[in-house]
Amino acid sequence: MNNSNQDGNDDMETKATPSSLSDVANANKARKQPGSGALGVGLEARSIHAWFGDKLVIRDISLDFWSGTVTALIGPSGCGKSTFIRTLNRMHEFIPGAAMAGEVLLNGQDIYEQGTDVTKIRLKVGMVFQKPNPFPSMTIADNVLAGLKLAQLKTQNKDDLLEECLERAGLWNEVKDRLSAYGGSLSGGQQQRLCIARSLAVRPEVLLMDEPCSALDPGSTLKIEETIQHLSSTMTIIIVTHNMQQAARVSDYTGFFLSDGGPGELVEVGPTSEIFSRPKDIRTENYVTGRFG
Amino acid sequence: MSNLTLKPTKPWKRTPKQQLLIAVNLLVAAAISFVIVLVTPMKGKLAYLLLFFISTIIVNFAENYFKSGIAAAKDSIATSFATAGLIIVIVPIFSILFTIFERGRAGLNFGLFLHDMKSNGPNDPLGQGGLLHALVGSGIMVGIALLISLPIGILTAIYLTEIKGIFSRPIKFLVQAMSGVPSIVAGLFILSAVVFPITKSSSGLMGGLALSILMIPTIARTSEEVLLLIPNDLREAGIALGGTQWRTISLIVVPAAKSGLITATILGLARVAGETAPLILVSGGGDAVNPNPFHSPMGSLPFYIWKGFTFGTPESIARSWAGIFVLLSIIFLLFIAARTLSGSGEKK
Amino acid sequence: MSEDKSPITTPGKRELTNKPRFSDKVFRGVATAGGLSSLVILGLILIFLGYQGFQVLRSEGFGFITGSNWQVIQDNAGNTDLSASSFGIAAMLVGTLLCAALAVSIAVPISVLCALYLTFYAPQFLKKIMVAIIDLMAAFPSILFGMWGFFVLMPHVEYWAKLIHKYFSWIPLFKMEISVFTRSPFVAGVVLAIMIIPIITSVSREIFSQTPLDRVQAAYALGATRWSMIRAVVIPYGKSGVVGGAMLGLGRAMGETVAVYTVLNLVYQINWHVLIGAGGNVASMILLKFGEAGPTETRALMAAGLVLFLLTLLVNSIANTIVSRTGGKGR
Repeated sequence: MNNSNQDGNDDMETKATPSSLSDVANANKARKQPGSGALGVGLEARSIHAWFGDKLVIRDISLDFWSGTVTALIGPSGCGKSTFIRTLNRMHEFIPGAAMAGEVLLNGQDIYEQGTDVTKIRLKVGMVFQKPNPFPSMTIADNVLAGLKLAQLKTQNKDDLLEECLERAGLWNEVKDRLSAYGGSLSGGQQQRLCIARSLAVRPEVLLMDEPCSALDPGSTLKIEETIQHLSSTMTIIIVTHNMQQAARVSDYTGFFLSDGGPGELVEVGPTSEIFSRPKDIRTENYVTGRFG
Repeated sequence: MSNLTLKPTKPWKRTPKQQLLIAVNLLVAAAISFVIVLVTPMKGKLAYLLLFFISTIIVNFAENYFKSGIAAAKDSIATSFATAGLIIVIVPIFSILFTIFERGRAGLNFGLFLHDMKSNGPNDPLGQGGLLHALVGSGIMVGIALLISLPIGILTAIYLTEIKGIFSRPIKFLVQAMSGVPSIVAGLFILSAVVFPITKSSSGLMGGLALSILMIPTIARTSEEVLLLIPNDLREAGIALGGTQWRTISLIVVPAAKSGLITATILGLARVAGETAPLILVSGGGDAVNPNPFHSPMGSLPFYIWKGFTFGTPESIARSWAGIFVLLSIIFLLFIAARTLSGSGEKK
Repeated sequence: MSEDKSPITTPGKRELTNKPRFSDKVFRGVATAGGLSSLVILGLILIFLGYQGFQVLRSEGFGFITGSNWQVIQDNAGNTDLSASSFGIAAMLVGTLLCAALAVSIAVPISVLCALYLTFYAPQFLKKIMVAIIDLMAAFPSILFGMWGFFVLMPHVEYWAKLIHKYFSWIPLFKMEISVFTRSPFVAGVVLAIMIIPIITSVSREIFSQTPLDRVQAAYALGATRWSMIRAVVIPYGKSGVVGGAMLGLGRAMGETVAVYTVLNLVYQINWHVLIGAGGNVASMILLKFGEAGPTETRALMAAGLVLFLLTLLVNSIANTIVSRTGGKGR
């Protein structure tokens, strides 16, 4: 159930052009050593259930996310992937009638425990949304630093932080000359990277990405994927995606969600290369080979 | 995976312990304000309320500051202020409703609806006379206003949503501007345009005309919103079946919006039922039942209330309050009718 | 149709409009006529009030707006002598603006806080009930506010006025030469504030509830508290809508007649000191003078009505432009 079966070393890098999804995943995995640069701890979801009103939408999902890895969550639409990741930083509770059960442990501490300051949780578990949503009333620089203002955090050197975040989000070179322009003046892909930079400014340990590229063109998507790979060495990234190629390109681990009309469940999770080359479950195989979904 | 299915919980809801803490905070704040009132020269209800508000803010601020830092503490101040905003809005509403109930009760009796004031002065004992003439007059004038405003208001709405002609934007703008016309100006207009040059005397019809000026924009704006909610597919379906625009709108769009349009009408009625100033100017106010809107002054509920109030004796003012009680009950019933209708319309 | 002989010929556009049938033509005509009625009515108000007030306006000129004298002088035959009489509504205009401005400055903070509470703090059931109650309050007749203000609110407001006078009389606005606290512009301002609170609250609530959800969520996801989210997202989005709502309230407060009449002591002089029991308001002045007015004075009152009409029209137009521009736009 847990993706604890990490291999220490992997095959050396292959330069061969990938011919199938599993090849892409293999090549990808080769570049990366899961757990390296790890802080040792991460995010663990224990038996998560979620309801909207009386309707159970996800059932009993347990997943561990390791520091320094990218985990992709795939599955057909309506299978509860987005709901699941929204339980991981307590954004789930904004929907009226929402309820949940289970635990989410961040560094061993349950984020749903009584008396937890939810704003502190969201500082540690950042989120990037489907649609780029920079604050239109703020400049690019203000957007990046918005988290500091919102959570009333102090920082010594704002300019350094600004540059660092934009650099890590792969946007610095494009916007360094117009930091005082408004966020809305950027292109869609740039806006999304601005949103990533904004999330980075509060130094989260985990970054949740809810289909971050679904509203973007292929070129921008590629840039975002580069950014993700760049970031993954220093933090835990969880990405929900519809796009199996994307999952194969960027992730170390993949979880496959499925709903048979009822609540969504986690069918299978494992190293991305395995999910795409030799899945254990027939439903996973049908999905990754494109037989449905 | 375990087969154990867990119960849905809402860990983000306040626990009893947290609710208790809120109550404790309020109690502490109340105690602080009590002590301050006791030892300082500040006295009175106002002092209690202000000090209670300030100490609530301070207590909550301190608690949140030590628990979760400055951001949460500032958030608690904002929460206190927003709650205070709500309370300040609620207090006058309930004070008004309570006042009407308390003061209107004395003058209420069944005879109110059976008699008029033709043989009674406003100073007579409360059991005598009634407001039948006012009810009849208000009914007739509001009815006239409705007869004029309903077609004009709905046609305006249809023009804005269905025809979308070149005048759409200016007309939308003008309808909005018209809804801001002060009621006394509506009265003056009818005076200057109809009463002075033509009829030379006040009558129920004039009152109805003045009210219709105030009613048209309400009906037009609400109907426009209702018609905009009708999905475009319906119109296209009608046209695609070979219907003319006229038939599509009259047979498909308007019936689909029926309950919404009735709601718009009711809201228009509620808007003008209590208008006082224009009626004082143009409809005069008789004391006897006058069913003829074309001849001689006509009483109305607002005028009845106004007359009692300006007469100024305890009996006449008690009559006014009873009149307000009746008037507000009517407005209230209209409102409930509108809400029920629009509620049932939404569910469909 | 075209005799163009140029080498590159683009085909002429084909007519796509299908001719409306006869019934449609009639229907369109009727609806257009209905739609134009608002234009016609507003135009007629302008024309008739202007026509009736023309004589007085011509004889007074700008003095009608700048003068503060309202004196009807009759000649020996008992007819009004227009050139000797003077009609000026400056005192009433100042009073109107003063009361309305006071009302708006009291109502706006309360309404905005209440709207914020209803949009972002209130539990669902409370929100539903309160929205209905506030809508109902907007339909309360003005005479009700007037009588409630006179009998219930005024004693309280007088007490507040005395407190304000005691501690803030160094502010020119709160100075008192004569200590009469009853029926002051301050009282009228408070009553008007309560009358316009439902308007401003519902406009603000409407605008706040349209705040794009993705921005709200983005703020929360960055660790914002509710208040810092409101400051960063809701206020930049909603502020011009609130301004528009405040202007709508201003227009309503300026045109209010009966409620002001009952709680304000109309005195024909310019008075900026809000706590003194003497003030003015164009609309209630018209109501007050109308009863005993002779033909010429009535014409002067029509002229005053015209000025009030134009003033409220201006304020409302600005308000509606602001509100409609805010709705559905990005910022």
